[in-house]
Amino acid sequence: MAELRLADYKTTVHNDWCPGCGDFGILNAIQMALSEMQIPRHKAVIFSGIGCSGKTPHFINVYGIHTLHGRVLPFAQGAKIANPDLEIIAVGGDGDGLGIGAGHFVGAGRKNVDIPYLIFNNAVYGLTKGQASPTLRLGEKTKSLVTPNTSNSVNPIALALVSGFTFIARSYSYDVKHLKDTIKRAITHKGLAFVDVLQPCPTYDDIHTREWYQGIDKQETGKAMPRIYKIEETGYDGTIKDESEINEKMTRILQFSSEWGNKIPVGIFYQNELIPSYHERIAENNKEYFAKPPSHQEISDNKNNPIAKIDKILDKLQIKD
Amino acid sequence: MTSVNSISWLIGGPQGSGVDSAANIFAKTCAKEGFHIFGKREFYSNIKGEHSYFTIRISDKPVNSHLEEINVLVSFDAETVFRHADKVSAGGMIIYDSSLAETVLEEVPTIDFEASNRIRKLLQDSGQSVNLNGMLEFAKSRGCMVYGLPYFEMLETVAQKMNDPKLSKISRVVNVMAISASISLLGIKKDMLINAIQEVFGSKPKLLASNIEAAEYAYSYIGTKYDTKNIKYKITPKDALKDYLLLSGSQAAAIGKIVAGCRFQTYYPITPASDESEFLESNQIIDKVDGKSGSIVVVQTEDEIAAITMAIGASLTGVRTATATSGPGFSLMAEALGWAGMNEVPLVVTMYQRAGPSTGLPTRHEQSDLLFAINAGHGEFPKIVLASGDIEESFYDAIKAFNFAEIFQLPVIHLLDKAISSSIQTCKRFSNDLKIERGEFKNTIDKNQSEGAAGHFQRFKLDDSPISTRVPIGTENAIFWNTGDEHTEEGHISEDPENRNKMMDKRMKKLDVALEKINQDDMAICHDFDSDGNNVVVSWGSTKGAILEALEKLSEEGNKMKFVQIRLLHPFPTETVKKFLKDAKLVIDVEMNYTSQLGSLVQQNTGREIDYKIVKYNGRPISTTELYIALKAILSGNHERRIVLDGGT
Repeated sequence: MAELRLADYKTTVHNDWCPGCGDFGILNAIQMALSEMQIPRHKAVIFSGIGCSGKTPHFINVYGIHTLHGRVLPFAQGAKIANPDLEIIAVGGDGDGLGIGAGHFVGAGRKNVDIPYLIFNNAVYGLTKGQASPTLRLGEKTKSLVTPNTSNSVNPIALALVSGFTFIARSYSYDVKHLKDTIKRAITHKGLAFVDVLQPCPTYDDIHTREWYQGIDKQETGKAMPRIYKIEETGYDGTIKDESEINEKMTRILQFSSEWGNKIPVGIFYQNELIPSYHERIAENNKEYFAKPPSHQEISDNKNNPIAKIDKILDKLQIKD
Repeated sequence: MTSVNSISWLIGGPQGSGVDSAANIFAKTCAKEGFHIFGKREFYSNIKGEHSYFTIRISDKPVNSHLEEINVLVSFDAETVFRHADKVSAGGMIIYDSSLAETVLEEVPTIDFEASNRIRKLLQDSGQSVNLNGMLEFAKSRGCMVYGLPYFEMLETVAQKMNDPKLSKISRVVNVMAISASISLLGIKKDMLINAIQEVFGSKPKLLASNIEAAEYAYSYIGTKYDTKNIKYKITPKDALKDYLLLSGSQAAAIGKIVAGCRFQTYYPITPASDESEFLESNQIIDKVDGKSGSIVVVQTEDEIAAITMAIGASLTGVRTATATSGPGFSLMAEALGWAGMNEVPLVVTMYQRAGPSTGLPTRHEQSDLLFAINAGHGEFPKIVLASGDIEESFYDAIKAFNFAEIFQLPVIHLLDKAISSSIQTCKRFSNDLKIERGEFKNTIDKNQSEGAAGHFQRFKLDDSPISTRVPIGTENAIFWNTGDEHTEEGHISEDPENRNKMMDKRMKKLDVALEKINQDDMAICHDFDSDGNNVVVSWGSTKGAILEALEKLSEEGNKMKFVQIRLLHPFPTETVKKFLKDAKLVIDVEMNYTSQLGSLVQQNTGREIDYKIVKYNGRPISTTELYIALKAILSGNHERRIVLDGGT
């Protein structure tokens, strides 16, 4: 089979994101990850929610399912449970996943279905013209807000941790290489993987801009002091190799998750493959699940007769004289 | 002594005291004696302590509804007698706990204020004391026979016999003693009861032994203590029912799903829909005709929005998929239903209606979600709404629902209700001779079939037929997109006005195709009683049983009427219904809701006015008795245009 090039993963659909949008970096990183992993195009499915990020699948030349606001995770989980052979990637915005879809975020954590989930985190509802999103901090006033934000922000990393995600990472949309590597790790992770992607919205978020992340405003030493640092470069390894490490690591991750402002950690905070995936949990009661998941089941013969045999069930209900 | 061919039997007791299992044992016993069974379950939204009861009708003819009157009332608490004794017919029997005879009405904490007031008034008006004895005296004055059983003493005797002193503290066998006494009074052989107990408790040897001992003791106790010669209700065994099942509606629908090839079901716990999902999960490994096994994956989700969206996601992989819910859950599913309609995704939503609005009467019955089901979701998209009339139809319709979903590529709402789901009935053993019809579903696509812009597969191809080739995601050469936005043939977002019209036309035209392709019997059935067609009852869903029986009785009296049972509610089978109503003099609409929802649909679609509306919304299913009286009043020309039924406890 001919090698798939990066261009093969691109569609010709006109991309209508704003110039300079952080989403472009994420789109490129996803396409690069798919291409480097040589995932057959028909085997990959991008599920998305609603908002600017929701349009992502239309730009990627694999199956693309642009779902409802907040509901990307249950759609994607349904497909992956029904056919675990598919390479499913879920993407959505911070409002989508942590506001209207927060219940599903928690619910998905409990299940640990084997999919990566990327949140394009820009602290605003862009497509509806810049309202405060769940990740905008209390008291911050982005340019289209009338008054400073009156709601507190949710901590996505901590929420993912306590919800049971088994892979938790953060990356930055303008560091496409780091993001692409993180996405590849998320795809290969066995279980539910969360990648919080920091992504400036050049149109509505005048606080967390590209320059802000670059630390242009922090020039105490005469040059910009980037706010983002990579936790791997500090010697941190988020992989759980033994259950005894979990408590200590969770404490460390909660510390990372509250770092913000002048020091923002990115990298893989947590990876725990000791916890069985939802698929493995199904297979405990349904031994043939991996060989014959729901999508692979035959239900009729070549004359369209049903092939389920219900005699045993009916016998139990039958009146015996 | 005369033997009768039909008996209405009721057992009541606190929730959690074994009322259901006792009723099941009684039903099985009578079914083994060759009788047809219809059982109706009533319970509170409560785990333990509130009053629940189970009515069983046994008949030598198939039976599918309940009556207001009770011939045998079986109790082991005071509340059951207080609440039901006034419905016991003359010559009917009441079995009660003789140690409770002095129980004062006010001492029963679970009898709510309104019911308590009604019972007190009844007793005071008839000059009786306001205690259990008073209620029994009142019943006797109306010709009932009463049979007191000292359950506690009886338990002690059974405990001694079994040499198990702990047994006397286990009140659970009291329910079996109570039904055993009723079986003895009805003249049914003990063997059948013992067989039924063995079937129910067969896997639990200790429970089995104590229940059999208790049953035997209570059975003989009646014989030695009471003279049973003059009992009005004695039944004699009939020929055995050959190849009959005794099952509930939720079981029938679940088994239908298994035959249909549903291999993925989602749900969020809700009464009365969860029973179906739990039954499916208990039967998740599925036998196949080739001797191999298959399976169904049942997923409990975090809410109903996740339930439907997860089901849609699964459906995209090609598996036949369903979710099951009730009104409150269905309300949450409305938005996603539109997504399935927009993206032409086959999906079955099994909707077990209960009394609304809001939490309503969560364990009680109503048919008030018809118009909601038809109109659920914003915007306009095609869907099919199909309603089953009884437990047997629920099985076959479950299969048809999946066929419709795949043939027309749209969501199908299979409307059932609390009355169907939790009732039990004897049904002819199901056959699985229905076909699996998957319409334009394909598993492979040739490379050159992908002909859209940029060589893409056209999932929403604009063609002569509004129904396009559908493939599972993951199919080679068939990459497509789905979006809740209006879209192109490949599935990309498009706000083009011309494309919009074409796509709207494509989707909505599927409703016309459905009306062309669906069999007439799946649209509406005219139950003719050799009538001249002048007077017609129209209805839908679980009212079927009561209507058929009431009409049969009226027909025997010379008042022949037709019953038009509408099964396909959307798209509305206008031509079929028009044909059935063509010569109608009177059209009488019967429904379990306030606003006569089907009546409005009939008027709106056929232009035929509804002459009389019979409605009910007190949470209790329509009985044959009250429907018969209402229809009779209408036929005598002596009634208002709208009759509100209020039967039930």
